[in-house]
Amino acid sequence: MTHFDAATAAVEAALAAGATYADARVMHRRSESMSARNGEIEDVRQDEDAGIGVRALSGSGWGFFAIPDLDDRGARRAGEEAAAIAKASATVAGPAAGLLRSPAVTDSWASPCEVDPLGVALSAKGDLLVTSTGEAHKAGADLAHGLYQVWDTRKWFVSSEGHRIDQHIRECGAGISATVIGESETQRRSYPSYRGQYGSRGWELVDSLDIGAHAIRVAEEARALLTAPLCPETETTLILGGEQMALQIHESVGHAIELDRILGWEAAFAGTSWLDLAKLGSLRYGSDLMTIMIDPTIPGALGSFGYDDEGTPAIARPAVDAGTWVGVLAGRDSASVAGIGYGGSVRADGWARLPMVRMTNVGLAPGPHTLDEMIASTDEGVFMDLNRSWSIDDKRLNFQFGCEVGYEIKGGKLGRLLRNPTYTGIGPIFWRSMDMLSSETVAWGTPNCGKGQPLQIGHTGHPAAPARFRDVRVGVRG
Amino acid sequence: MTGMTGGIDLAAQVLDLVRAQCGAGTEAEVVVTAEDQALTRFANSFIHQNMRDVLTTVRLRLHVDGRTAGNSITVSGPESLAALVERTVTASRLAPVDPGWPGLTPPSTVADSAGADPATAQASPAERAARVRAFVDAAGGLEAAGYCRTTTWRVAFANSAGQSCSGSATEAAMDGIARTGSSDGLARFASTRLADLDGSALGARARAKAAAGADPVELAPGRYQVVLEPTAVADLLMTLGAHGFNGKAYAERRSFAVLGEQQFDPAVTLLDNPLSAGGGGGSGLMFDAEGTPKHRLGLVVDGVTTSVAHDRRTAAQAGTASTGHSVGSSPFGPIPANLYLRPRTAADLGAPTEVAGPAADSAVAALVADVDHGLLVTDNWYTRVLDPRTMVVTGLTRNGVWLIEQGEVTKPVANLRFTQSYVSALRPGSVLGIGTAAVGLASPYPGISIEAPALRLASWNYTGGASG
Repeated sequence: MTHFDAATAAVEAALAAGATYADARVMHRRSESMSARNGEIEDVRQDEDAGIGVRALSGSGWGFFAIPDLDDRGARRAGEEAAAIAKASATVAGPAAGLLRSPAVTDSWASPCEVDPLGVALSAKGDLLVTSTGEAHKAGADLAHGLYQVWDTRKWFVSSEGHRIDQHIRECGAGISATVIGESETQRRSYPSYRGQYGSRGWELVDSLDIGAHAIRVAEEARALLTAPLCPETETTLILGGEQMALQIHESVGHAIELDRILGWEAAFAGTSWLDLAKLGSLRYGSDLMTIMIDPTIPGALGSFGYDDEGTPAIARPAVDAGTWVGVLAGRDSASVAGIGYGGSVRADGWARLPMVRMTNVGLAPGPHTLDEMIASTDEGVFMDLNRSWSIDDKRLNFQFGCEVGYEIKGGKLGRLLRNPTYTGIGPIFWRSMDMLSSETVAWGTPNCGKGQPLQIGHTGHPAAPARFRDVRVGVRG
Repeated sequence: MTGMTGGIDLAAQVLDLVRAQCGAGTEAEVVVTAEDQALTRFANSFIHQNMRDVLTTVRLRLHVDGRTAGNSITVSGPESLAALVERTVTASRLAPVDPGWPGLTPPSTVADSAGADPATAQASPAERAARVRAFVDAAGGLEAAGYCRTTTWRVAFANSAGQSCSGSATEAAMDGIARTGSSDGLARFASTRLADLDGSALGARARAKAAAGADPVELAPGRYQVVLEPTAVADLLMTLGAHGFNGKAYAERRSFAVLGEQQFDPAVTLLDNPLSAGGGGGSGLMFDAEGTPKHRLGLVVDGVTTSVAHDRRTAAQAGTASTGHSVGSSPFGPIPANLYLRPRTAADLGAPTEVAGPAADSAVAALVADVDHGLLVTDNWYTRVLDPRTMVVTGLTRNGVWLIEQGEVTKPVANLRFTQSYVSALRPGSVLGIGTAAVGLASPYPGISIEAPALRLASWNYTGGASG
């Protein structure tokens, strides 16, 4: 029995049990990770899971059931159970559920991959982490950590509307960090970010990072931070590096434009959104420099795919156009409820989890400036980069982020190193204060986006470049 | 896997396959976890997501010729076990040398696990939906959102050193809010039995809190005395547990913990308790992912830090014994997952009662009565550690904050952002009162449980309003 056959059997069983719509995803995922500390391997882990997840609609109620049994009996049981759960849902029913139309598609898609990450010898991958963390440790890091992660996912999707799509997505990434322990606090520097840089690419991505070349630098910078002055508590001009901008976009734009949050579907856990659908198309989100794209088609970015987990093809569309809010991340059901004409942003963390609205690649279109130009044109301010902590309220308005490193800016030049840099603000006020944006865009990957109950971990991408913001409160501390 | 015997058999099969491939001298451990999780989720007062997954996972860890590798697989047949062993053996031969390998858990006696509550293990979608119906109805027309969850674990462990054990447990949890146009009111509870979840009582509490929180006023940032309800205390405990009482963080000197030092107020006694007395939905399993027996572990006793959680690797680094807190292969390290903060006195363990107004129960209301000027806080949200040594944390209030004046709740307050050291908040002299009952609370993560009373603390540093 092929995986398409199993998915088809599950859908047929759900329909026979009374579902008015059903879809099934068979998934086979292999993952691998390795971590090293101070020149020694800390952990090597490989996981493999496979199973089928079936979604059924009965009246206005949804049901989802997942099991690892991929034979005909298991698949049919999954379909029947999903339909039964949907009937239970209908006992606490809402408005009639509709689904945005999605033309039936038969297709295959694969992410670009030059070097299969699972084909690279463990010993070679281990040598990279051992060598780089060993060098960082020798250069002064009390704790030099290195990490790589690999995911290899195959999906077979079938719907009762005729979709039949298989995809093969390979993702990987790596990074190192150096932590120094002081009398009363710790300091950390990382490359290229704390958990590393990730993409839907092969091992060539990790090779391109040249991690070993940065091992000594991060250790020395972490050590220097221990004795650096504290970031002052003040309101000033703030320039953010590209990696921190990726986090800023993720938290204060990406989650805010999720349609399920806007509709209240995540009210009890992840939260809602400050955005009001009635203002879609007119609300001023940020300055004219702020154009945000939802683009799952970027080759090699971590949030890319051929089709989402509802069988909707990947299409790029704007979320914020020259400062005006114009788009959302949506699925077929949420789009139908909201009267929006597109979905395409629904994914699940594996076969055993319900597909839900997730970010794809949500990023800033490049600006006209460079980081050097921004610094040169700033008389007084602070430059911060690489995220260290992040917190934002349940409406995605009030944020407070901490960075690994800060630098004073005086007279158009970088000055003293600053430790414990933090900044805080309110999303739309902050974005409206952005007056310079760099063209130096990198599609950063975020492999740890949590959402949903049971909790799901999503992989998202964020094209981002350095940017400058005015009148920002920095240096918040306890 | 249909039962614990089946799990032990599966683990034994895997060990046999390892011996056949690598010889009798190979060190191997196997964990078989059968999980049945169902979660009925509601929003806008109707069920919008409703799921169940049933799966068995086998995790194998091998140490061969000084090299270690771990692998896991979802079980779909005998051939999947053979593939697991073959892949792990291959990986272990290619893996870099592991000089920190701590060895396997030797044969040792494991206490009985909690056992699965049959009614919870067999709960139907209709039973969960009925509790959602009761919550929604009790919300009295306010918009309601949340979930009802049941989880069953059957876990078996075996290693090549001769350790073998198994156990099962169930958890049932309900967590929901009622919403006005300007406020959310929270009710949260967990137990080992679905029968203990009263959707109607929880919905009524959420409604009362939401109604009392409507039209909140902005309050100036600053330091306030606070009464933290058990739902907010849970965040303190989980954060301290994950970052401070974590044996890896301790070994790496990232933890604030100093063993033997009076770091907390004498009123603070914090335990890790796998068999939670109050039914907080603890893991209920008396062994960890390395087969090490679990016991009740005192982390803080009368304000003195006494222990941190260890697995075999961090224990070896610290020159001590594992406390049974391995979570399997994880770079995060061992954490205490079943935290219990002792309420005021053992004699006061009677169940608190529902009260009028925003306080969650009579135990919270009693602490409020002692506050001259301060805040009543339902919940903390999106808390992140700025530095693990100082345990300075930033986050926000959520689901209801009220001003307390002269022992009375006087007005609802809009959400606030805080930047506060959690260790300093509990330092000697800072705990002005502890509730009389530890409440079992749902965690976002099954298997992680909290039982906490309310706390009255001398000072909490609010650094801004959530709206600007």
